[in-house]
Amino acid sequence: MKHLTAINRKARRIEKVTALPQHDVVALQQGSQPPQQPEGPHIPAGCSIVFSPGWEADRTGGTAGLCQPVERDLFDCHMGCYWPAQVPDQLNHAPDWTAKCAAAQKDWRQIDLVFPG
Amino acid sequence: MSTPALPEIATSDAPLPGLRVTPQTRLRLLEFHRFEAAGQTFAYLVPSAAVFALDECALALVDLLGEQGTASIEALAAAVDGKYPVQQVWDTLGDLHRARVVTEALAPAPAPKILPLTPIPLQTLVVNVTNQCNLSCEYCYEYGEDKIVDTENGQQPKFMSEETAREAVEFALRESGSNPSAHITFFGGETLMNFPVLRKTVAYARQRAADVGKAVDFSLTTNATLLKPDVIDFLADERIGVTISIDGPQEIQDKFRVFSNGQGSYALVAPKIKALLERHRSRPIGARVTLTRQTLDVLKIYRHLHDEMGFWEVGFAPVTTAPQRGHAISDAGFDHLLGQFRTLAMDYLQAALEGRHHGFSNVRETLQELHQGHAKAYPCGAGLGLMGVSTDGQVSLCHRFAGSEAHKFGTLTEGVNRDTQRAFLESHHISHKTDCATCWARPICAGGCYHEAHTRYGTTQGPNLHYCEWIRGWTHTCLEIYGALAVQRPEFLRQFDGVDHEASDRH
Repeated sequence: MKHLTAINRKARRIEKVTALPQHDVVALQQGSQPPQQPEGPHIPAGCSIVFSPGWEADRTGGTAGLCQPVERDLFDCHMGCYWPAQVPDQLNHAPDWTAKCAAAQKDWRQIDLVFPG
Repeated sequence: MSTPALPEIATSDAPLPGLRVTPQTRLRLLEFHRFEAAGQTFAYLVPSAAVFALDECALALVDLLGEQGTASIEALAAAVDGKYPVQQVWDTLGDLHRARVVTEALAPAPAPKILPLTPIPLQTLVVNVTNQCNLSCEYCYEYGEDKIVDTENGQQPKFMSEETAREAVEFALRESGSNPSAHITFFGGETLMNFPVLRKTVAYARQRAADVGKAVDFSLTTNATLLKPDVIDFLADERIGVTISIDGPQEIQDKFRVFSNGQGSYALVAPKIKALLERHRSRPIGARVTLTRQTLDVLKIYRHLHDEMGFWEVGFAPVTTAPQRGHAISDAGFDHLLGQFRTLAMDYLQAALEGRHHGFSNVRETLQELHQGHAKAYPCGAGLGLMGVSTDGQVSLCHRFAGSEAHKFGTLTEGVNRDTQRAFLESHHISHKTDCATCWARPICAGGCYHEAHTRYGTTQGPNLHYCEWIRGWTHTCLEIYGALAVQRPEFLRQFDGVDHEASDRH
């Protein structure tokens, strides 16, 4: 913080846990930690076994942080979960459609549309 | 007015991902107490208990929000236009939002009620080795008119047996859970009236602690009447922390701290205390003063006990009593007391700035709590990390309730009744004290002493409304001292970095 100076130990903790993440799309890349926790590693496991926020509303009551990260739809939900995510057929028609996306959280913009043919 | 890119404040809201902020978003202030020290403005935040210093722009925005109730970001930026650039306003609001000084006007007020997970490791067990006393202090909560348990004609033995004391040791070690150490405080009655058991218990506890690979340490409170040379040697050699209950110079001490024939105790205890202070150098020795309507001269008492007698620290507490008693402190008395505390606290600040020791322990303890910034849901550790044991081995909320059936938490042999403990924590949570809901001092006070509330209002559940003004006044004074030290001598505060608040009462 630049405009407030943390004085006691609690203030220093607040400053630390609310430090700005160095990501490009903050709300989507918060991970699934509850508020005011240091950000943990992203573990792409099925959402039924982690405490992801809900589907209807996120933990703040808004909609920006649903089932994050959304990349799960592409890489996980349609296989490990019932979620009917629409993804290309990676076995037959589009085996390379995520080839440019090495790390989903960073490279998701590289995924392009897949056209039949 | 040009609007900077929106993500600037959106990304400043890390604790609230998904928050959508626009220039039209209306903000309002959350709770905090403002104070000034050493030319700076600070905020003590409620309920987090965090202390932040505010820069000029932050202060201007907080003032605007304070005047207007709610205001949009663009209106705030317009109001300080020419003084602070728009980008700085957004940055500052981002910081204020992160620290929870401001929030969106429409955000619902959070009302968390988080109960501690049980079992809670026991830090301190207060062992009442006797309920007998050789003094007859008129204000005593154990024998006076406000007593809870009839120790004179009751069921309990007058002295704790060696066997029960051993069970207390086992209980303390067992209930300390994952803590690497256990702390036992011997208490009474007059603790030293059961010195033989106390001495054996210390030896037994050291042995048992070594067996289970834990550290154990001890303290006790005494009226000093029974401090004989062999007792003093034992206390010094065993590094037992000693607190002496003493009210001040002779004319003050002898008003209330008297033998049953009415004779004052000063003449007897003064030379014994002198001998103790000369011999026992392994731990600092403190005096614990009970203040009454008739004995409110804090400065005189402090000077006598610290400067003349040589106590390392002196702590003061107003007498716990029903309001109609002759020694109860009146509202005017509390005002007078606060003035005296302030004077002595400013002495403390001066000493701290000059690098000298000052023995006013009320300030040191409050500074320690402010520095840690614990936001308390409960006023003290009673029923959490601290419990009391009566002479017959009954475990209770704290030593002041030792032997009271209504405040029983279990027994030494059967352990803590977790259902009772949970029910207590459930019903005594700060969120139930509606009077405290609007008080800025609640993170540090949490309603005050259970025993005091029980004596005044007949229930442990209510807040101690008779000293709210006093608590706020005193906390404000200590915040000013804290702020001044943070600016002028921050290294002084480092001594509090690793120290956690130990909830204990030294009556």
